[in-house]
Amino acid sequence: MIEHLPALMVAVPLFGAFIAPLFKKHYKGVSMWAALITGSTVILSLLLAKEVVTNGIMVYVFGADKPSIVLPSGYAVPIRIMFEVDAMGAFMAISATLMSFIGAIYSYTHVEKEAGLEKYYALLMLLETGILGMVLTGDLFNLFVFLEIAGIAGSALVGFRNYRGEASEAGIKYLIVSAVASLMVLFAVAILYGQYGNLNLAYIAKNVSFNMVDMIALGLLFTSFAMKCGAVPMHYWVPDAYTEVPAGINPPLLVATYASLYALFRVSFTLFANVVIDLARVGWIMSILGVLTMFIGVTMALVQKDVKRLMSYHAISQTGYMLLGVGVGLTVLHDPSKLAEFGRDAMAGGVFHIINHIIYKSLLLMTAGALFYVTGTRNLNEMGGLARKMPITTISFMVGAAAISGLPPFNGFASKLLIYETSYRLNPLLTVFAMVTSVLTLASFVKVFASAFLGPPLEKFQEKREVPKPMVIAMVILAVLCILFGLFPNIVLDKLVYPAVDALINFAQYHSWGGLA
Amino acid sequence: MNGNIFVNFPFIVVAILLALGFYTIGFKRNLIKVVIGVEILEGAVNMFIVAVGYIKGGYVPIYTQAPQEAVGRMVLPTPQALTLTSIVIGVAVTALMLAFAVNIYKHYGTLDITRVRRLRG
Repeated sequence: MIEHLPALMVAVPLFGAFIAPLFKKHYKGVSMWAALITGSTVILSLLLAKEVVTNGIMVYVFGADKPSIVLPSGYAVPIRIMFEVDAMGAFMAISATLMSFIGAIYSYTHVEKEAGLEKYYALLMLLETGILGMVLTGDLFNLFVFLEIAGIAGSALVGFRNYRGEASEAGIKYLIVSAVASLMVLFAVAILYGQYGNLNLAYIAKNVSFNMVDMIALGLLFTSFAMKCGAVPMHYWVPDAYTEVPAGINPPLLVATYASLYALFRVSFTLFANVVIDLARVGWIMSILGVLTMFIGVTMALVQKDVKRLMSYHAISQTGYMLLGVGVGLTVLHDPSKLAEFGRDAMAGGVFHIINHIIYKSLLLMTAGALFYVTGTRNLNEMGGLARKMPITTISFMVGAAAISGLPPFNGFASKLLIYETSYRLNPLLTVFAMVTSVLTLASFVKVFASAFLGPPLEKFQEKREVPKPMVIAMVILAVLCILFGLFPNIVLDKLVYPAVDALINFAQYHSWGGLA
Repeated sequence: MNGNIFVNFPFIVVAILLALGFYTIGFKRNLIKVVIGVEILEGAVNMFIVAVGYIKGGYVPIYTQAPQEAVGRMVLPTPQALTLTSIVIGVAVTALMLAFAVNIYKHYGTLDITRVRRLRG
């Protein structure tokens, strides 16, 4: 049972997605079904993480008698599709399953009045399948396939409210970006295949020689994944997609974005880690991209009137922190003393920020969805005085806003402090930008809070009440997670984040197929 | 000399197609033409994969009952399987993009991407 976990992680949500359309007339039933399936994947991912953290990298081979058989008899190269799960992949899998579960609960009432719910939930589970496949696979072509699954399911969900023209506009933007990005990934995969005659990540990483053609492949992969994770020059699709998608899908869509970020880390750390000289340069590019992303994202957020759009620009700016943290680590990867001094902590900050950001940004986007559910508008100028009507939403919003601005004792503080401390050691200027971004973030959330929740009660919202229970439950779970992660960051860091970081740093372990070959 | 050009011919075509695809996506204003641009890109990438896997004078990759002289001279089956998968995925992407285009035409009354701009700021 345990050794089949990596396959089950993909099989269970895929099964759920194919069963979901059968509940055509039973909207309650399909909601329960989605919650059941995503809930069981949460349990599976926790089991998987426990297994990986205690016993090291897990290798699962499709099409072999025993899951542990990597090489077919008589060949010296791996020819089968492999799932290779290290702590980083398990960490991302936990984020993905948890957020899909929360999204499914939240959707129970948030989209109950829409038509075609069975397709909605099928796509939600398909999106989860895509993310899980991306983060668990050890095969380059498989990565492309799951990237496309996540991209298609994600953009179909962005355009779910097809009675609004804006939703289709955002959907086609997202789809074109994701199609072009994944085609370029496929091109890079073909280049690497032509060079090394194999698709296995670890095998290519061991043999990579970094000639001109490899550099082109690295450039293509880096650019495409940066495009898919919304780093700055290619960030334009993020606000549209996050604004138009139903708020229940925001958490899985966020994780889908960060699965691309994971692929970016995987490419720069695992695939090209044997290249000693040029990796510092890639790290600097990543750090500078991160600083630009966070700064431009936050300045564009300040001028927004649409509450969800404002938060989407913040999502861009927070991606910058992760790029900065991990970029600092990548810069000093081949310098053991500096790596031990601050590189490892910088990467821990970046990786910890991924899960923190997923939690509080989902919370914030869900409160924005709750505001939309109650008031029917997303324009901040038309809202006001909602604090008394919606107390739980207000408190959740305050928790999320405090966390994203990096106030102690919320979870944003824990990871941002790690990033500040360590990026200062590489270059103080990076830290200055990061801190200014934090202050600007706080400023824009004060604006939202004042215009939406404070002020005199408005006439037209007289008989409005708090949002229904499932939405409240989803928001409260996330708010509690925000506070717990902020109060006890050490537990999360030791149990999940540092193993994930070490998995990225000790790339040689990944290259040896988990000690099998 | 002649043979050299012939060996590189598929790759030259791939480069031309890639340039054409990016030009179409970047500079054409009609949404359908943008979709066609993505299709051209996909064709280029698929052709690249097939060209990478081709061996001059190679045999069809059937491992059982292969003739004796085919041993060691078979074309690798993997690139062809990859191309098939990528074609299938490409069809799904195109269908979805065209569905979006139809919906956009319904709501905006135009396919000109400079006028499909309700989301801004």
